[in-house]
Amino acid sequence: MERSIFELWGHGKSPEELYTSLKNYPVDKMVPYLHSDSTYKIKIHTFNKTLTQEEKIKRIDALEFLPFEGKVDLKKPQHIFSVLEDYGLDPNCIPENPHNIYFGRWIADGQRELIESYSVKKRHFIGNTSMDAGLSFIMVNHGKVKENDIVFDPFVGTGGLLIASAHFGAYVYGTDIDYNTVHGLGKASRKNQKWRGPDENIRANLRQYGLEKYYLDVLVSDAAKPSWRKFAYFDAIITDPPYGIRESTRRTGSQKEIPKGMEKCPESHVPVSLSYHLSDMFFDLLNFAAETLVLGGRLVYWLPVYTPEYTEEMVPWHPCLKLISNCEQKLSSHTSRRLITMEKVMKFENQDQYAHLLNDHFLLYQGHNSFREKYFSGVTKRIAKEEKSNQE
Amino acid sequence: MKLLTHNLLTSHVRGVGPRGFPLRLQATEVRINPVEFNPDFVARMIPKVEWAALREAANTLQLGEVPTEPVEGYERDEAFLRKMHHVLLEVDVLEGTLQCPESGRLFPISRGIPNMLLNDDETES
Repeated sequence: MERSIFELWGHGKSPEELYTSLKNYPVDKMVPYLHSDSTYKIKIHTFNKTLTQEEKIKRIDALEFLPFEGKVDLKKPQHIFSVLEDYGLDPNCIPENPHNIYFGRWIADGQRELIESYSVKKRHFIGNTSMDAGLSFIMVNHGKVKENDIVFDPFVGTGGLLIASAHFGAYVYGTDIDYNTVHGLGKASRKNQKWRGPDENIRANLRQYGLEKYYLDVLVSDAAKPSWRKFAYFDAIITDPPYGIRESTRRTGSQKEIPKGMEKCPESHVPVSLSYHLSDMFFDLLNFAAETLVLGGRLVYWLPVYTPEYTEEMVPWHPCLKLISNCEQKLSSHTSRRLITMEKVMKFENQDQYAHLLNDHFLLYQGHNSFREKYFSGVTKRIAKEEKSNQE
Repeated sequence: MKLLTHNLLTSHVRGVGPRGFPLRLQATEVRINPVEFNPDFVARMIPKVEWAALREAANTLQLGEVPTEPVEGYERDEAFLRKMHHVLLEVDVLEGTLQCPESGRLFPISRGIPNMLLNDDETES
């Protein structure tokens, strides 16, 4: 997600290089924005460094050689020019001089103010794994969600992705296997709060942002055994499936298979018992997406990986879905998750003909089924190491 | 639960396949929820609707006549779109059941939320 867009007029690794570069920029491209009838201002942006006002003014003065003919207006200029100085990414190691300097004409800002207004801190209804608002918008962007789309989240939780989708004018559906979460019942996830109030559910969250008209429905449902009619009607499926660490991966099972110590839910629910292998979950998710997405529709989801064993080949695959992007976010020293975006490019035919194609592929991901153990293995190793050195 | 949703749901009880649609609707509590009319969205939904199922559900809830099929040029027919908007999006079944037409299995609707969970031995493998 971009912060701002500039039309680049020059750049260099030093002020001198920048000025040379600017002198080489075609004057006829500059003139429309510099003529005497217009107003302008120059801003200095530094990344990873703070400059004093004096230092900023020196830099602006150094640009006097540019053919500015208009008047300076600091309040509402017609044109804004920016000097961007890049001092690297390490806040503990800020260089004396910038690595790169750019000069350009400002065109537009990205919608980062959305992240603040949709912050999870302010939202009425949150869960243990509510995703940060910025990431929700990124996912919705990847899904190319637009007005009048239908968006579905099969692991909806508290509905964060539905809120972000509704913000762009999409109508939203969600399902979750957890009855209490869908109904907004049970222990609150916000510290200092005992029980979720009657206003804590997905519909209430949408209402909070004035997006209730986009709420279609939420259902208690097992994503492994969907109840959706087999037809293509979703424009996007955007979801953050459980990884089995904080929220467990579950699937409905038969009565006799309930292991000891497993909660039995009251009548209207169904006892949940079987652990759901991650690889099966993605197999089901891709198949479901291939069948119910419209052509051109997108599937966007997080794929947890154990980094030492990750290879690109293990990213789940389906003949009807084309991989558009695969972006990593580190979770710990040896685990990360990847934001996968896929687009439906082929009509879905009979499921059985894909089964043999998909099986080999999913064997590659099997290693990540024990994601939960691998996630914690780093922690237990470290604790063991510390205990050992304490004893020595 | 909206009637648009009912139109997209099917029974996934083992062995029923396509005969699991449509689910038989029974409602004990229904609420009318005004929703802002968006003709473009309604027009987009029309091709996705299974008409016979929609008519049946609308009749069950005594919502008045739903046409046998979309009128010619429905995209520009505001009266038609407004009627469909009301039927598909403004009628909310708060309490009731959805029944698999083949196996008879009931899925409860409570607080407007259907519960579609089944035991492993009841579902398709």
